[in-house]
Amino acid sequence: MKKIYLHIFLLYIGILSSFAQSKPKALASDTSNYQSRKLKIEEVNFVSSYYHQDGNNSAVTGGIGTEKLSDIANTFDLQVSKLNKLGYKNTFSFELGVDHYTSASSDKIDPNTISSASSADTRIYPSLNWTKTNETTGNAIGFTGSMSTEFDYQSVGAGFNLTRVSKDKNTQFDFKLQAFLDTWKVILPVELRGVTSGSTRHEHDNYATSPRNSFNASFSIAQVINEHLQALLILEPSYQKGLLATKYQRNYFTDNSVRAENLPNKRFKLPIGIRLNYFLGDNVVLRSFYRYYTDDWGIKAHTAELEVPIKISSFFSISPFYRYSEQTGVKYFAPYGQHKVSETYYTSDYDLSNLSSDFYGTGIRFSPPKGLLGLQRLNMLELRYGHYVRSTSLVSNVISLNLKIK
Amino acid sequence: MKTRIKTFKLAMLSLIIFTALSACKTVKSYQKSKLNDAEMILSSRKVQKFEQSFQLYREGASGANGGKSGGGCGCN
Repeated sequence: MKKIYLHIFLLYIGILSSFAQSKPKALASDTSNYQSRKLKIEEVNFVSSYYHQDGNNSAVTGGIGTEKLSDIANTFDLQVSKLNKLGYKNTFSFELGVDHYTSASSDKIDPNTISSASSADTRIYPSLNWTKTNETTGNAIGFTGSMSTEFDYQSVGAGFNLTRVSKDKNTQFDFKLQAFLDTWKVILPVELRGVTSGSTRHEHDNYATSPRNSFNASFSIAQVINEHLQALLILEPSYQKGLLATKYQRNYFTDNSVRAENLPNKRFKLPIGIRLNYFLGDNVVLRSFYRYYTDDWGIKAHTAELEVPIKISSFFSISPFYRYSEQTGVKYFAPYGQHKVSETYYTSDYDLSNLSSDFYGTGIRFSPPKGLLGLQRLNMLELRYGHYVRSTSLVSNVISLNLKIK
Repeated sequence: MKTRIKTFKLAMLSLIIFTALSACKTVKSYQKSKLNDAEMILSSRKVQKFEQSFQLYREGASGANGGKSGGGCGCN
């Protein structure tokens, strides 16, 4: 009997020892480095902004008169992703934007009406981007389609984006191409329409249309410099063709005549920018930006910005910022009543004049680990206020809110 | 105004020189806790989206900052 027990025990030990010498086979799911392939919501962002400006150099009235304008702008964007069998991540980003503005100067296009068509308008602009990313290398490729519509302006856009990341993940190169095929209604100031008295609203609405196409490229390289510092260099050449003048803007000449703005139908722009972000100590970040811009209409501009986020705690930071910009104006600019009759191109739009501007304010960022208002998924709130002063006496204020759901 | 421009140019030049002097070194993923902080992102914030839009219209320069550079007017 003892021998039987001994044999059974030895057999059991033998079986155990045979398993001990081999690697246990795991379940199929454990060997495949399993990752969920379900459609996943990456994040949802809601950005809302209120902007108000006032000044006394309206381009609609030839460089004089009120520039009072208010704009409420909102965008909603949704990012979802899905991992495929080959380990590629497909990300779909959908954005919907709605702006509504009221403008006192636009109301002067046709001052005889109680409120002209352009005194207030709403712009709606949806877009969809699809990007396919290799999760291992970080390399990505994507396409974008977009459109925008408002009373006098329609736009259809398409884009392509490519990302290459170095093996050590410290260098990233991005390339983008975008094309916007726009059409806008040629709205002239009422006195230049050639429509005599007795015209009706219906007649006014039969505006001619004109194309405006923009082609943009973007090359950027992001580099990690050390554990605290990273930089980005970006070059964005852009070419525009079509109706680039805003035809409802008046220009007054030395002989007291008035004409609608006229500008060349081509424009080449070349901005180059650099960002440097430095983490100073444990609680302070220096975010800096500089851009040089030049175009073939004669604008040369320098823009510099410094923002200093201060981390009050791990989930709350305050970010004061200051931005300074200055530009030489386009060669076609002259103030009210100073254009010569012999000029081919002319504008009295102070946005294109010699100017400098200061923009300063503060932002706050709040992202508690348990979510805002006890809602775990309400991940982050950013609020930002800025005050803008331009050397041409235009003053504006803007307040913006970003809510992120993750 | 010219003094301010010069100061800005000098500040930016100093930053660039500082960057050049700090030789780029390979930073491992586990050393990137600060670089991955939300405040260190190398693009403008989403909350700046509309600020950049109005700056685009109120100034002649545009681009290279992640802001809108085409598509739709909104140019009042």
